[in-house]
Amino acid sequence: MLKVIHSKRTPQLAVGLLIGIAFGFLLHKGRVADYNVIIGQLLLQDFTVVKVMLSAVVVGMVGVYGLRSVGLAQLHVKTGSFGSTVIGGLIFGVGFAILGYCPGTVLAAAGSGSLDALAGGVLGALIGAWLFAAIYPTLEQTILNKRIFQHLTIPELFKVRPWAVVVPICCLIIALLVALEKAGF
Amino acid sequence: MIGWLKAQQWSPYVVGAGIGVLSWLAFLLSDHPIGCSTPFARAAGMVEKSLRGKKVQDRPYFREFAPMITWDVMLVLGVVIGAFLSAKLSGTFAFTWVPAQWQAAFGDSIFVRWLGALAGGIIMGFGARWAGGCTSGHGISGTLQLSVSSWVAVVCFFVGGIFTAMIIFRAILG
Repeated sequence: MLKVIHSKRTPQLAVGLLIGIAFGFLLHKGRVADYNVIIGQLLLQDFTVVKVMLSAVVVGMVGVYGLRSVGLAQLHVKTGSFGSTVIGGLIFGVGFAILGYCPGTVLAAAGSGSLDALAGGVLGALIGAWLFAAIYPTLEQTILNKRIFQHLTIPELFKVRPWAVVVPICCLIIALLVALEKAGF
Repeated sequence: MIGWLKAQQWSPYVVGAGIGVLSWLAFLLSDHPIGCSTPFARAAGMVEKSLRGKKVQDRPYFREFAPMITWDVMLVLGVVIGAFLSAKLSGTFAFTWVPAQWQAAFGDSIFVRWLGALAGGIIMGFGARWAGGCTSGHGISGTLQLSVSSWVAVVCFFVGGIFTAMIIFRAILG
């Protein structure tokens, strides 16, 4: 039944669009489409971005692992390596701070009227993605596969059942969020 | 209900929980995690395809990430529309060029802000593809799946971001 739904192209494009609309709506309502809020997070003054992300991770994790437990979802985990994940992640962070938006929030900012996001950020991200595609063959042969991570997921890494990780991580995240609120952030 | 939709902002926890629920729907209905940086590569490939035609397929990256309208491209189009709807309903939609915190640091020049945003966007778009994901694909969808690479990536995003922001706004501009 689900496989049939997943294989129909046009309904899938419609689902993608609808989920995107809801996602963009939430990003704007959460104020994370605002340059000042994102820079405030990177300067450790405003923790809105962390609050949104961590509460999404807790709710998403419980639901997605729940769906998986009853056979209604499967994971899509990306392999990583020191050469791609760490170096790419640090490069991303530098651009993130200069631009003041990330790929999702730059689009949400553009939708809410920020022309710097539209004419600067979105255009720049397109150019950046194209540049990566252009030099990908060289990077792939030299650096991207350096020190590939041996485990896909944290439960595999510790050789435990998924729920033995889901429950403690969710408790830790909730404790961190409570501590942030208590500290006045 | 309408009053709620018109509110200028919602609690970050309500917003986060909502995004979490969207991730359930994405896995359940589409067998697809939410991510926002792959479509930038596809769109860049579509631009190149319109200029160079089928030669775009010479690039291995565009054989892996086909330059065509896919689920994730529709998702990011939706993000623009959704944010527009929220801003319109809140009455906060406005065309702006220079954000307040940028203006306080670098002045009100539109050109300087545009150049900064363009440069930042290039580095960010490049880094997102290098790392294989962004703050959505790794930062939310990957971490919630307990992906090792995603937890490493999101730490690196924030280490790089916090370091750079501190250099720009604290060390250089004081």
